[in-house]
Formats: sequence, structure tokens, C-alpha cells
Amino acid sequence: MSSNSASLVSLQKSVKQLRKEAGFRRIKVSQAAEDLKKFCLDNAQKDPLLMGVPSSDNPFRPPKSCALL
Amino acid sequence: MCDQTFLAITFGPCDNCSQNKPLMNIYLKNEPINYCSLCVELMACQGLAKGETIHTLKAESETLKGKLEEERAKLHDVELHQVAEKIEALGQFVMKTRRTLKGHGNKVLCMDWCRDKRRIVSSSQDGKVIVWDAYTTNKEHAVTMPCTWVMACAYAPSGCAVACGGLDNKCSVYPLSLDKNENLAAKKKSVAMHTNYLSSCSFTNSDMQILTSSGDGTCALWDVESGQLLQSFHGHSADVLSLNLAPSETGNTFVSGGCDKKANVWDMRSGQNVQSFETHESDINSVKYYPSGDAFATGSDDATCRLYDLRADREVAIYSKESIIFGASSVDFSLSGRLLFAGYNDYTINVWDVLKGTRVAILFGHENRVSTVRVSPDGTAFCSGSWDNTLRIWA
Repeated sequence: MSSNSASLVSLQKSVKQLRKEAGFRRIKVSQAAEDLKKFCLDNAQKDPLLMGVPSSDNPFRPPKSCALL
Repeated sequence: MCDQTFLAITFGPCDNCSQNKPLMNIYLKNEPINYCSLCVELMACQGLAKGETIHTLKAESETLKGKLEEERAKLHDVELHQVAEKIEALGQFVMKTRRTLKGHGNKVLCMDWCRDKRRIVSSSQDGKVIVWDAYTTNKEHAVTMPCTWVMACAYAPSGCAVACGGLDNKCSVYPLSLDKNENLAAKKKSVAMHTNYLSSCSFTNSDMQILTSSGDGTCALWDVESGQLLQSFHGHSADVLSLNLAPSETGNTFVSGGCDKKANVWDMRSGQNVQSFETHESDINSVKYYPSGDAFATGSDDATCRLYDLRADREVAIYSKESIIFGASSVDFSLSGRLLFAGYNDYTINVWDVLKGTRVAILFGHENRVSTVRVSPDGTAFCSGSWDNTLRIWA
């Protein structure tokens, strides 16, 4: 009996959750994808791992040694 | 499996629903009644709305699931990589190991960067939690936890404390002292208590609150000072393996992923599960928000990483290759979100072009599974931790 009422309660919960999700306002993938693309391109210049920074600016890259004449 | 036994000695119309079924002979107010088992059960349950029975709920559940799929499919008018076709392809990437942090005696399970972009905290199977200076590779602090398998660690936003936990089912906060000789373990503060292992922890925007996820299937928000549970999040049906807070100053949502193959998005204030995604074919090991906060990526034991858009409410990209057959344990984005770094159980780190869906680099170096990958706060490097006991900084 207890396992049945437990599954009833969990079924009620999942139906409640599904009702909520059914009311969600979604946008088209094309719109969402455009926004993701725009964000990437707008911020590309500021992305060190993407653009690569000169060794002297990156604390992790050892600067190339220069020969002083 | 039955946990009730009864003798079905009569078969006939139920006194309540009139269907022909095996009947239970019971007594209501001393009157013998023949109800079918379903009606007996319903009698014992409270809280059912008018007209609701298990049958109607199950039917509604199926129709709602079908409707959701239909709605999501209607809006699926294009693939992300199609939108990205015209963008210039990324060039060759040269990323090498710039630092190797050696010192853990066993598998490195988790790591986190400090906001100062140079300190790192890492935790290991041997119970040790170490704070490193990534520029110099010096160890600044070391704490020995009373348990092994410290699966979660996090740096506080102020840089003055670290949180960690694992098989002890707790999340403890250690304030970091400037005095190297001070015994950190003495100042330990136990904050979170779960009923199973701690899989992941994260400070919110301040040192005052911690979000945790656990093998007990729940996530929880705690007040650090008092140890009080502020909110708990129920909805996963199996261990929760990873969580990530939305990247916003006013952020009040987070995403979690678990062994039930689901990724759930939660509202921190109400404790409600606002969105749920279930397209992976196996455990989700890692979840990470896209830098804009409008999407998140997941890494899973099904050897794929996927991108889910929150506003389109669906999966929009899969990052996979036939040659990749080992699970992805950890994922993170570069600053612009163009690159996705994923650590795999085949000892490699694959770098994906998020928009085009192609792999741009494979990084070799670790000699065992990669367990954790995190990009530094300023995006100049990323750190990986592995079961080979080391951490590597790549740039």
C-alpha cells in the first residue's frame, strides 16, 4: 500500500511539473542560435585563449628570450 | 513487487468503480465491502483533486510529455552549426602545458580558481586539499580532510576561504590564514550535511552562502555562518554529480546534472525546478553555463558533450565523434563561449568549436583520466586535474 501511494504522490508531482513546463514561453532555435553566435563574435577579441596573447602579456607563457647585442 | 498480499477470492464488479476486477474484501464501518485494489488504494490517499485517479494522472502525464515534445519540435527550425556556417573557421591552436602542479599523493578529483586569477585549490582521493600559486607552482596551504575522496572543492569569492567535501557527506569551509604555520584544520567550519557523498559545491556571489549537490539526489543552499539549510532542491531521481551557478551579478538560478541523465535548471529562491532536459544517454558528469547565461553545456558518460539553450528550451548542439568512446568528465567554456574544453576518461582534453560543432584540438599530456577542467577567471589559461595525481595549466 505504501509503495503505491508513494508512486501516486510522485506521479502527482511529475504531472504538476509537466503542467508548469508546458506553460513555458520558448523562442525559435534560429533566434537563440543567432544570439549565441552574436555573443561569441562580440566577445571574441577579449578571449585570450581564442585569440592568443603575446607571450609577454600571458603570465603563464614564458617570454621568448632575446639576444642582446 | 508486492508488499501487500491478499486473497483474491472474488472476481466481479467493484462496489466503487463498477469495473470487473479481482476484489478485496474489506470492512468499512463494520460493513463488508468489495472494492478493487485500485479503489482501496485511492481511499487511502488524500490530496487528490476532484476526478483524479492514477489512470487520469498517467494519461495526463503522457499527453503533456507529447505536447512538450511537439512544442519543442515546432521551434526547431534550424541547427546551430547551420547558423554558424558563414563564420570564419578557427585556425590552428597551439596550447601546451605551461605548468605542472605535482604534490598530491593520489587522484586529483576537483579544482577551482581563485578570483585573483593565480591561486588554485585542488582536492584529491587521498584526503588532501592544497592551495597553489599557479604562477610559481608553490603550495601555499595544505589541509588534510578526515575522509578520503574529496570530490568537491571551491574557492570563496573573497579568496579568504575554501570549501570542500566528499565521502564525509559534508561540506566544510576552511578560512585561509596568512600565517603559514597556523593549523587550518583547527578553524574548520562544517556547513552542509547530506545523507550521501558531496559531489560538488560552489559559493554563491558572496562568502556567505554555499550551494551543494550530493549523491543523495538533492541540491541545497546553506548559510555559511550558521550552517542553516536555506533551501533544498528536489527533483533528481538519482545522484546529482555537478552544479553550476548562472553567471550574473543578480544571478538566482543554477543548473545541475546527475545520474538520472537529466539536467535541471532551478530557481534558488523558490526551490522550484524551472526547466528540465533529458537527452543524454548516460550520467551527466559536468554542467557549465555559457558565458551569456542563456545556455549551458554538459559532459556525460555517453561520450558526448551537449549544448542546451534555455530560451529555446532544447538541446541545440552535440559535440561528439565516433572515435571518442570514453565519457566526458568535465567541461568549461572560454571567455567568449566560442571554445568548449572537455576532459575525458581516455586521458585527453578535446577542444570544441561551440558554434560549428567541430573539434579544433586534442590535448595530450595526462597519464590517466582527466577529472576536472576549469578556465581561469580572466580566460588566459585553463587548468586540468587528473587521476595521474597532477594538475596542468594550459595556455
